[in-house]
Amino acid sequence: MTVAVNPSQTGEPVFYLADEHPHPEGYSTSLGFWIYLMSDCLIFAMLFAAFGVLGANYAAGPAPKDLFDLDLVAVNTSMLLLSSITYGFAMLTMQQNKIAQTQMWLLITGLFGAAFIGIELTEFAHMIHEGATPQRSAFLSAFFTLVGTHGLHVSCGLIWLVTLMVQVWRFGLIEANRRRLMCLSMFWHFLDVVWIGVFTFVYLLGVLR
Amino acid sequence: MSPDLLKLIFGRLGIDSLPLHEPILVGTFVMVALGGVTLLAGLTYFRLWGYLWREWFTTVDHKRIGIMYMILGIVMLLRGFADALMMRAQQALAFNGSEGFLPAHHYDQVFTAHGVIMIFFVAMPLVTGLMNYVVPLQIGARDVSFPFLNNFSFWMTVGGAVLVMISLFIGEFARTGWLAYPPLSNIGYSPDVGVDYYIWALQVAGVGTTLSGINLICTIVKLRCPGMTMMKMPVFTWTSLCTNILIVASFPVLTVVLALLSLDRYVGTNFFTNDFGGSPMMYVNLIWIWGHPEVYILVLPAFGIFSEVTSTFSGKRLFGYTSMVYATVVITILSYLVWLHHFFTMGSGASVNSFFGITTMIISIPTGAKMFNWLFTMYRGRIRYELPMLWTIAFMLTFVLGGMTGVLLAVPPADFVLHNSLFLIAHFHNVIIGGVVFGAFAGINYWFPKAFGFKLDPFWGKLSFWFWVTGFYMAFMPLYVLGLMGVTRRLRVFDDPSLQIWFVIAAIGAGLVFLGILSMLMQFAVSFLKREQLKDVTGDPWDARTLEWATSSPPPDYNFAFTPVVHDNDAWWDMKKRGYQRPLVGFKPIHMPSSTGTGIILAGFATAMGFGLIWYIWWLAAASFIAMLAVGIGHTFNYHRDFDIPADDVIRTEDARTKLLAGAK
Repeated sequence: MTVAVNPSQTGEPVFYLADEHPHPEGYSTSLGFWIYLMSDCLIFAMLFAAFGVLGANYAAGPAPKDLFDLDLVAVNTSMLLLSSITYGFAMLTMQQNKIAQTQMWLLITGLFGAAFIGIELTEFAHMIHEGATPQRSAFLSAFFTLVGTHGLHVSCGLIWLVTLMVQVWRFGLIEANRRRLMCLSMFWHFLDVVWIGVFTFVYLLGVLR
Repeated sequence: MSPDLLKLIFGRLGIDSLPLHEPILVGTFVMVALGGVTLLAGLTYFRLWGYLWREWFTTVDHKRIGIMYMILGIVMLLRGFADALMMRAQQALAFNGSEGFLPAHHYDQVFTAHGVIMIFFVAMPLVTGLMNYVVPLQIGARDVSFPFLNNFSFWMTVGGAVLVMISLFIGEFARTGWLAYPPLSNIGYSPDVGVDYYIWALQVAGVGTTLSGINLICTIVKLRCPGMTMMKMPVFTWTSLCTNILIVASFPVLTVVLALLSLDRYVGTNFFTNDFGGSPMMYVNLIWIWGHPEVYILVLPAFGIFSEVTSTFSGKRLFGYTSMVYATVVITILSYLVWLHHFFTMGSGASVNSFFGITTMIISIPTGAKMFNWLFTMYRGRIRYELPMLWTIAFMLTFVLGGMTGVLLAVPPADFVLHNSLFLIAHFHNVIIGGVVFGAFAGINYWFPKAFGFKLDPFWGKLSFWFWVTGFYMAFMPLYVLGLMGVTRRLRVFDDPSLQIWFVIAAIGAGLVFLGILSMLMQFAVSFLKREQLKDVTGDPWDARTLEWATSSPPPDYNFAFTPVVHDNDAWWDMKKRGYQRPLVGFKPIHMPSSTGTGIILAGFATAMGFGLIWYIWWLAAASFIAMLAVGIGHTFNYHRDFDIPADDVIRTEDARTKLLAGAK
């Protein structure tokens, strides 16, 4: 609300804008996307809460100490953190209008993301192979759901990333595409933050427990 | 065909899934089918499909979407109320050895469907519809922030309603009560499709509700016209803002709870099971963390409507605007701190129960402040007893009563006696009907002339009003008595014949409400026929105060030819008082969003996916999901989503209004 509301020369109050400009395209997008992210954050909050309640209910089954390979998780975490850095580079090159470099950084981001998903799936497959299935105990149900939901988000992010790369390739770094890249950037960093929570509360504290 | 192949194609859907053995359902189906075929044939005969598709289904105009929400709410009200009549009849009959007319299997579905439909597909669409229609007009905007999303949200809500309606004739609905507590709702005790219908109907509709919440928050925060600071917003806009914040901050919780329940049911996880470390009590906690804010999501907009109506029909500025705003915000925050009062008897201990008992009682303070604000607004006002004002007065009396029984229930020891009794049923119908439903009716009668250009017929409106109000008291006061005598909810047959008279009175009350609903439908029909007599060309039939009355009725597509500038809380009143002259020249092209069919297509696939998941038709679920993804991504390749209304069109529209206004004088 920065529009000045001044009385006209005659001192009569002004009740309408004779000369107005429509809101630019995407005027509300970043606010809307932020609010969406907060609602998504609430989804993760609930899953964390469920894990908090059920996380120690092993039902005489395997516990975090028996299952988690912290070295692997560390590698996986670094994949995701690196992908956030490379996404940052993509945004920097976007600001400088360098399409080729932007695309390259986006590609690298996608590869890191795919590596993260790959490692996570390997970890899951290994656990399931050992009999630590989501059905085995409430702890494992909560674990697979929380970590899996995060992985699902990253996978959606990858589909989105590919879509945007196609759109940048076809239409260039136009205003709409910049806005979309900005939204995906927020989404991607948001998932990074959530993963820090997962890493801390699920893996590290789990092994300590 | 081999059974394996059949199972692959149809999942668990078979001929025996059709409720052919239930005469009530077969009869209903015949009626619905006949009605539906007549409607479809009529639409085809009068060649209305193209018109409906172009002007309504694909529209992104917040006004039309708002009207469609209202139609959805009213249609579903008929379904939900049919359930209510069946329950009242069953309970009035099932005495002295009689089993009534509903078998347990059917009766349990009826009370579940009644609750689900009334909350999710009646109250929510009515409230969302009014917000959608009114808020952009009240803040002087051309549309909502994300018009396409608005269309998509609406159709997702419809998709959920469609799934609930399908469950009536294909398979069955949940028999668990409207919140589907596990372990009853888990696969072991509810192996059939009922709970799956429940889950997917709410998940599909829930996506729509959350997105529409985000949309309206952005609209209110970003698209207010110049001069309208937060503390100059109309109270309805304020309550809408708070409601949508509540939606965004609570519906994801419902999404998660239902997702976890589906994992338990589909995958065999142990979130809410009795064994392997699961916790059914966690479900009850989580779902009420959504559920309590939900009741404020419904009632806050109603409070906003009553504020607008009271001030307009008392001819006075609203008393205590600032305190009204703060009361709304305080209710918004407190609504998150009371969820446990829904299950004091679970055994959380005295300290926890005391905390939640006290927070619950505290909520009555801001609500009471609102009540006094409305009273003081009326004090020394020139009150006009038009229909919206009648509903408001009925609300004030009824809601205070419901609020007092609520405070009574907030006392944990009292709740231990009254928990799950008909006293509770009477209480929440007292506040939801007295608050939300009366509010929606006040809003419909108040804003109808804005939406259609003619007032609603007062005779049938008053008839509907008196039937509803007397019917409500007759239907629910007996339930208070029965509850105090210890009768619990959801019972199908009774042993004690002395209770019957109360149930008979309640059934007569429900019959009166039914007459109220019929009178309301009659009111719509009569008003349409008498539309020339009831016509309003001024755009301001009530001599009202806020900005939506500054434009024509119905408003043009672009709402305002020039964006208004606001100097006062009651912006339109201020304009009228200071001799505002409607601009007659200088019109410019207006930038507007274009219609799109993507919303309805996406929602159609989402509904098909839900159906596939309910019946284990995996190919259908997978195909619909992929189709959704493809259509969704395809839509993002469309970069040209808006157009300009040429200045000539604006001039033509505005000149027509100038002529009408001149004729009115």
